[in-house]
Amino acid sequence: MSNHHNEHSWLLKVRNLTKIYGEPNERTVALTGPEFGSNICPETDSIVACAGVSFDLFPGEVLGIVGESGSGKSTVVKLLYFDIEKSAGSAWLRPYADGKTNILEASGQQKRFIRNHLMGTVYQNPRDGLNFNFSSGGNIAEKLIMAGHMHVGNIRERAAYLLDKTEVPVRRMDDRPAAFSGGMQQRVQISKAIANNPPLLFLDEVTTGLDVSVQARVLDLIRELQQELGIAMIVVSHDLSVIRMLTDRTLVMKHGRVVESGLTDQILQDPQHAYTQLLVSSLL
Amino acid sequence: MRREGGWIKQICMIENIKYKKSYNFAFIDESTKKEVRRKLLKAVAIPGYQVPYSSPEMPIARGWGTGGLHITLALIGRNDVFKIIDQGSDASVNACNLREFVQAMTDCKVTYDTTEATLIQTRHRITEEELREDQLFVFQVPQPEPLRGVERYEYRTRQMHGEADYAKMWVSLYESFVRHGDIMLGAGYPVKVNGRYIMAPSPIPRWDIPNLHQAKTLYLFGAGREKRLYAVPPHTSVEPLEFEDVKFNIEKFNGASCSKTGYRRAFLDELFLDDGSRTFVINDSNFLDKMEQGEPVNQFTNPYLQQLV
Repeated sequence: MSNHHNEHSWLLKVRNLTKIYGEPNERTVALTGPEFGSNICPETDSIVACAGVSFDLFPGEVLGIVGESGSGKSTVVKLLYFDIEKSAGSAWLRPYADGKTNILEASGQQKRFIRNHLMGTVYQNPRDGLNFNFSSGGNIAEKLIMAGHMHVGNIRERAAYLLDKTEVPVRRMDDRPAAFSGGMQQRVQISKAIANNPPLLFLDEVTTGLDVSVQARVLDLIRELQQELGIAMIVVSHDLSVIRMLTDRTLVMKHGRVVESGLTDQILQDPQHAYTQLLVSSLL
Repeated sequence: MRREGGWIKQICMIENIKYKKSYNFAFIDESTKKEVRRKLLKAVAIPGYQVPYSSPEMPIARGWGTGGLHITLALIGRNDVFKIIDQGSDASVNACNLREFVQAMTDCKVTYDTTEATLIQTRHRITEEELREDQLFVFQVPQPEPLRGVERYEYRTRQMHGEADYAKMWVSLYESFVRHGDIMLGAGYPVKVNGRYIMAPSPIPRWDIPNLHQAKTLYLFGAGREKRLYAVPPHTSVEPLEFEDVKFNIEKFNGASCSKTGYRRAFLDELFLDDGSRTFVINDSNFLDKMEQGEPVNQFTNPYLQQLV
């Protein structure tokens, strides 16, 4: 898929994305990483959640980020969705200001505009993405209202369409997600995330914590939506089978750094980095 | 032997002029009044924005009208004519006590007559009679934060106001419509001021909301317990939050009319009588008096009122 793109047609361009907790010195980044087997700076005790992460994402492409827990893969997505503040780095999103503005430097108001109109995210825990005090329809309405839709009839129509699409019974639209099963909550979260037809969707460990049959159906749903709507996605998972099923290209992360990147098939069949080899060999 | 006469004579000779009155004019000291006035200027400059202020100690507990009282006492002058109403009534306990207090501290003239007053303090109502440019209207506000119901943290609500991030408020209206078939907010219906800030109009009935819009009077709001002041300057747009297809509306009273005057186009109180029957009477006591005595009244007009038959 990606060979149709040339280097100028990117949707999202990320360079040197870095997040450090604590008070680093100028040697912190050089003294941490996979070659040191740690992301804690020996001099300052600051923690390098991720450093120097760079990649391009093309329209309609699905990029996987894989790695063990603590490798910084969720941090990358949270930085790009503005859930946390970056320490360094830049990101450009083509549909925003024609890709000429570093979105990580935008004001709070601009960031919210980008989140509401151009991005969606699905968290591992539905409680992070949904307001459990609102009905599931209300949760979808929130995203639509934020994008300027002020007609209750239209909002309900759109919410019903999305719930139907994600196989949540429409008659449960006015129930709270708290009364739903885990798989259904995750579907409502997906409906909310795609409510405004965003060109970019982040999926952070979406199937972790669901039982295997529900996992398979949620993955099917995501694949269908991707093919139908052509949304570009960044899929974060520790689970190589999820990565294999969904993604075109993959970044492998360890101790906050990208240790290997390439086509997913290639990485799974011919892993180069020792850590990737370990990951692939431990795949059942 | 003690010369008692001498003692008494001496005390009488030192005449206490400076401290003849035990309080400053209008109770609050001048520098604190100045602080309140400065904050009010800021509030007027940013319509609907909640300005933090000192909320000094009063001889009544915070939350019992102190916010309104701070504004009144900071602004009142010797020539002002003061009126105070509580839920439309000049004669309720809260109104009577605060009126007595303000009069004792200022020696200002007090009145029940809405047109005669130059400074009106209110709890939870706007007068039925239209207010003029030369009048000040002060609201007592229990909860100044319209977003408190959807967001409990102050630092978050401030950020939401700062970025005009009002989606949660709108979703709560959507939820109300979905659950109950209408936006079920009787009093304190949230409004957008000057196209920018969402503001709590204090718990006035929906009936009064349209009278905030493009009014001739300066409306000032004081929340003593929460230590916030805000304002709607004259001729400022105040729009109730509504969807394109779910609209704001004022109370209808199902065609009931005032049992004393037969009048329909005023906010009515529902009274339950001893025999279990119900009757309605005009809520605004001064307006009711004037209607009963056939005196001329100049009522507020607005499109919602005009739709009432």
